Amino acid sequence: MKKYQLGEFEEIVMLTIAILYKEAYGLAIKNEIESRLKRNVSMGAMHTALVRLEDKGYIRSHDGEPTEERMGRPKKYFQITALGKKAMEYSRETRNALWGAIPDVSLNVKFS
Amino acid sequence: MKNYPPRFPLRFFRWFCHPKLRDSIEGDLMELYEERRIKSGKLKADAHFVKDVLLLFRPAIIKPTEGTERLNTFGMYKSYFKIGWRNLAKNKGYSLINIGGLALGMGMALVIGLWVFDELSFNKYHENYSRIAQVMKGGSFEGKHYVGQTSLPFPLIDELKNNYGANFKHIVPASWKSDAVLSIQDKKISKVGMFIGEDAPEMLTFKMIYGTWKALTDMNSIMISESTSEALFGDSDPLNQIVKINGEREATIMGVYEDFPKNTAFHGVQFFRPWEFLVSDGAWMKQQGWDNHFLEIFAEIQPHATFESTTANIINAEATAIKDLAYMKDELKYNYEILLLPMHDWHLRADFKEGVLQSGPMQLVWFIGSIGVFVLLLACINFMNLSTARSEKRAKEVGIRKAIGSIRRQLIGQFLSESFLVAVFAFVIAIACVFVSLPWFNNLSGKEMNMPLTEPWFWISSFIFLFITGLLAGSYPALYLSSFKPVSVLKGVFRAGRSASLPRKILVVVQFTVSVMLIICTGVIYNQLVFVKNRPVGYDRDGLLMIPKKSGDFNTKAETLKAELKNSGAVTEVAESGGEVTNVWSHNSGFSKNGVVVDKDRGLATLQVSHDFGKTVGWKFVEGRDFSKDIASDSEGFVINEAAVKFMDLTNPSGQVIHWKNGPWQVDKDFVILGVIKDMVMDSPFEPVKPTIYFTMGWKGWLMLRVTPGMPMQEALPKIEKVFNNVIPDIPFDYKFASTEYAAKFSTEDRIGKLAAVFAILAIIISCLGLFGLASFVAEQRTKEIGVRKILGASVANLWQMLSKEFVILVVLSCIIAAPLSYYILYNGIKQYEYKTEMGWWIFAYATVGALVITLLTVSYQSVRAALANPVNSLRSE
Repeated sequence: MKKYQLGEFEEIVMLTIAILYKEAYGLAIKNEIESRLKRNVSMGAMHTALVRLEDKGYIRSHDGEPTEERMGRPKKYFQITALGKKAMEYSRETRNALWGAIPDVSLNVKFS
Repeated sequence: MKNYPPRFPLRFFRWFCHPKLRDSIEGDLMELYEERRIKSGKLKADAHFVKDVLLLFRPAIIKPTEGTERLNTFGMYKSYFKIGWRNLAKNKGYSLINIGGLALGMGMALVIGLWVFDELSFNKYHENYSRIAQVMKGGSFEGKHYVGQTSLPFPLIDELKNNYGANFKHIVPASWKSDAVLSIQDKKISKVGMFIGEDAPEMLTFKMIYGTWKALTDMNSIMISESTSEALFGDSDPLNQIVKINGEREATIMGVYEDFPKNTAFHGVQFFRPWEFLVSDGAWMKQQGWDNHFLEIFAEIQPHATFESTTANIINAEATAIKDLAYMKDELKYNYEILLLPMHDWHLRADFKEGVLQSGPMQLVWFIGSIGVFVLLLACINFMNLSTARSEKRAKEVGIRKAIGSIRRQLIGQFLSESFLVAVFAFVIAIACVFVSLPWFNNLSGKEMNMPLTEPWFWISSFIFLFITGLLAGSYPALYLSSFKPVSVLKGVFRAGRSASLPRKILVVVQFTVSVMLIICTGVIYNQLVFVKNRPVGYDRDGLLMIPKKSGDFNTKAETLKAELKNSGAVTEVAESGGEVTNVWSHNSGFSKNGVVVDKDRGLATLQVSHDFGKTVGWKFVEGRDFSKDIASDSEGFVINEAAVKFMDLTNPSGQVIHWKNGPWQVDKDFVILGVIKDMVMDSPFEPVKPTIYFTMGWKGWLMLRVTPGMPMQEALPKIEKVFNNVIPDIPFDYKFASTEYAAKFSTEDRIGKLAAVFAILAIIISCLGLFGLASFVAEQRTKEIGVRKILGASVANLWQMLSKEFVILVVLSCIIAAPLSYYILYNGIKQYEYKTEMGWWIFAYATVGALVITLLTVSYQSVRAALANPVNSLRSE
């Protein structure tokens, strides 16, 4: 049943990584989510999600160049793996399937 | 550096963060801080920074407590066992041989361990074990020092009690064990019991079921064992009940004690009666002086004292007491000493030969113990051989492990863990086997051993045993396998050359040397046993019944009994004697001829017999005649055996006169030698027959019955029993067969023989298991070679020869080594028997041939199978 485990926030993080493509590193992801979804993301929550995703093998990381504004700390860039891609597709398909299965009347406001 | 975030939170973050994430997250934090500082000022940025750091403090980010790397190597060991298990499962046949062989060896070692433990814990049932001793007497004779006499003179107990009492916490006199009939109303049973001093229950820490340790203080009391109580009274409390003893005396039961277990000296003693009773009952005892030895003394020394110090205090007790006694003047020259034999020596070191303390039983324990170690070693060698022989199969694995960074120590660990895995399996099987076979083994060894499964020490020692076995079996393969060079194994040029199989060959030779030695030892022991069993005994022991006279009725009704027995038709002869024909009970001195002492101060064995004794037991005359009922003067006659003739240096003994002067016997007169009989084996059949004198005077406590020849026992016995029940109804009919008693003399040797046989068979099985594995491996390895040879025209016989030769050479070599080694061991072992067989060369020949046949059978199964295989199959699979 639980073929691909992917939480809601984790899915958002993955989608963001996909959007950012080559530029997906910690702070950029955070800013992107905040600006797109208009919600606050704490550093802790996001890095936890990144660690989990990496453990699951959905994303992989590589270190970038250290820059001055980061006091010589390297950026850690993330990238979606093949497995990660499958997980995202799976998640999207199940949703679509569920959406498709909803009868039209069900969401008709008039009856509620 | 005013643009820096607050230092403390940063340090805190750096402290808790997982090092792998630290740099990148810190970078993110810095970047964010910088952004915020520019946008909303340092203060707000600082506050946000603190908040961020706190929110980062969560499980996924915090570094693991045990450190950054995984410091425990649990995973590695898990993989070792997994690989080990897969290897076992993959080669089921080899695993079976390996585990089975090791289990067999371990099981044997376990049983032997239990046996040795049982032997060493003899008498430990008594809580004062470390302080109890038996008093014994020693002395010097002809410059030799003799010890070990445990029958002591009557005055000694009072002497020790009154003048040396401070040396002992308890000191008790005891009689020998003897049979008696206990009866209540209509129930009567015959039991073995003894008279003993009243302190004995406390000293020997009887485990009381009913009553107290003070049960023997009353002269008319008796203590009985639990089993006796059950036989007489069932489950009810027998205290204060009256039992009749031998149908005459009455005694009150004052105590019931738990039966003594088999590994105690007092095992089988079913009742105790007070020594005081014996003394008051037999007035003659008090009149006995220092020259009559008929009691035993047990003592417990003071808590702080040692046996040595106590012995030093009492050593001259007898010498001092007899110094001024006229009748003991002649005996002063023997320098009698009173010594202590500590309880821990009773069982294993109290074997006296010519009065010198021997350590025979102790040596036996060592011998059996070392066999256990050897059998285990054989099993370990199997394991080593099979593991190293199969090394090629695992060479690649070793190579790869080394190439990806395993160091040698880790590989050694891996292979050791595999051997531990096998050892654990084997141990579990061994425990199960021992559990199942222990009753059988108990029967064989005459013991009552249990698996102490609930004792922590058993498990601790088992664990140590397991560890040692695993280490022993696994060390060599581990060292060998881990020494491979990765470059050569991975290149595929790895070939175990001649030198690689040399240690294996040596191990096979060791294995077979041990096995062949065990076979030879078993053969020689059996041979010796058969030889002694076939020794002419000098009388006819089949159909000879021996019946102890348990009450005065036997004497008062003797004539009726005799007549009735003969009338029944089941008995042809009835005679009386002073003891069993299968034991020498008394030795006497004081024999002289023409004023010259002929017994050389050592005394001769004597037996008082009735005039028809000879006819009954069937002794055979060399010269002279038997006692006759009709010649009154025969009461002053002797019949002696050939050994006595030799001992006394007589020529033409018949008719010669021997003077006998003896205090206890109250004789001082001449006796005529009537006849000389062939030696009768009365004592140990392994020793020369003792010079013995038979005469008709004196007390006779046994009846000898000759059952009508040709009549089956099951027919004769009921008839005899009927007569006894009619004439002496108070005493249950109790008898011994001379043949059974005689056979019992072989029980120790029989047991050793059987044990040795079991060990030898097991050793051979284990060795053959190993050989079988090796042979199958060699055959498998050479499949292609055999295929090619077959195609080129080799016959099955050729191939069989080729494959078997190697092993046969090894076994022949081990036989060559084993023969002189076992000869040396056996020569020393068999030397102790006076009456011994030659160790014929044929035993060695049989053992060699036997070992060869077994080897060939084992190896041939594999080699013939390999030789018969179709070469097409073996050559096609490339």
